[in-house]
Amino acid sequence: MADIDIKDIIKEENIVYKKSSILLDKVMHYCPGCSHGVTHKLIAEVIEEMGIQDQTIGVSPVGCSVFAYNYLNVDFQEAAHGRAPAVATAIKRLLPDKYVFTYQGDGDLASIGAAEILHACNRGEHIVCIFVNNAIYGMTGGQMAPTTLVGMKTATTPYGRDVDRNGYPMKITELIAQLPGTCYVTRQSVETAAAVRKTKKAIRKAFENQRDKKGTSFIEVVSTCNSGWKVDPVKANKWMEDHMFKFYPLGDLKDSTRDNPADYEQYIKD
Amino acid sequence: MAKIKGAVVIDKELCKGCGLCIVACPANVLGHSGEVNGKGYDYVKMVNPDACVGCASCGTVCPDSVITVYKVKI
Ligand SMILES: Cc1ncc(C[n+]2csc(CCOP(=O)(O)OP(=O)(O)O)c2C)c(N)n1
Ligand code: SF4
Ligand code: SF4
Ligand SMILES: [Mg+2]
Repeated sequence: MADIDIKDIIKEENIVYKKSSILLDKVMHYCPGCSHGVTHKLIAEVIEEMGIQDQTIGVSPVGCSVFAYNYLNVDFQEAAHGRAPAVATAIKRLLPDKYVFTYQGDGDLASIGAAEILHACNRGEHIVCIFVNNAIYGMTGGQMAPTTLVGMKTATTPYGRDVDRNGYPMKITELIAQLPGTCYVTRQSVETAAAVRKTKKAIRKAFENQRDKKGTSFIEVVSTCNSGWKVDPVKANKWMEDHMFKFYPLGDLKDSTRDNPADYEQYIKD
Repeated sequence: MAKIKGAVVIDKELCKGCGLCIVACPANVLGHSGEVNGKGYDYVKMVNPDACVGCASCGTVCPDSVITVYKVKI
């Protein structure tokens, strides 16, 4: 039984959660339940809470999140497919006081853009890289990505991914954690309220690392593409928990600062 | 004893009916309305408003940021 009228609860001063002021009033084009929307809003909330709207520049990819600049009210540059880390490198070097972040899907980052992300991380660029891994090319109609699990059915692997034919699924985040330029490498998700809060903390830490010039921060968000996977959004989250998390376990892979350049000078001394 | 009471406002025209908020709610407050909005989505509403504790789990998981959450202590 309610002992207070709902009208007395729904008042400005009682708000405990609302849309971030950094998100524009545009309806996102994403399919219902898509992980991209959740990830966008976490970036928005971090930018809002750090008060860095005017100092932040995003670089958007090719993929479903190509229009990220339509939703986040910060400066943005669109990059060619896979090239966001290269573009972000240029921006950060020209404008070192800005907060620069990339936002990429798994097709964009782990396939056509594998070279750019590995080398940006290896150079230790002071940028934040957000990697939305939904194990598929969402935008183009659900083709296999490097990250697609073995046995997973996609438009181009109708009988399921087969290693002999299609190669092994790639744990790009594990590769990146080996690179001396990275300071923070973590794998998170956004399917529950608790997971969303953890991912937000990770994004906050990544932006703070950039401020403190610690090196490259890389955040994988294990995600769903319910349209590409051909299940409803709730089932997609369940499928992700049951299968994706086994191959892509959540948690921090690295949390320090990039390697000290001086440690690399010894090899050609004398 | 102080009690926590919550309420949510869902922008029904912007809701895509994905249902993620429904499963995120620990108190089973939300459900599909059975009606469609201008975009053709079966939007979500509070079907059990008395149970809301204002935990904001629903708002936190909503990909389209269309839920505002309110909370009072009474
Ligand atoms: C040079 C080039 N090659 C191929 C494409 C076609 N293409 C568009 S998006 C995409 C992959 C998108 O997948 P992902 O990065 O995983 O993003 P998602 O949509 O899943 O979020 C491809 C191959 C393109 N636009 N440009
Ligand atoms: S196709 Fe997949 S990744 Fe693209 S918006 Fe839809 S659910 Fe999201
Ligand atoms: S999570 Fe958001 S978009 Fe999805 S059904 Fe709930 S209110 Fe609607
Ligand atoms: Mg993808």
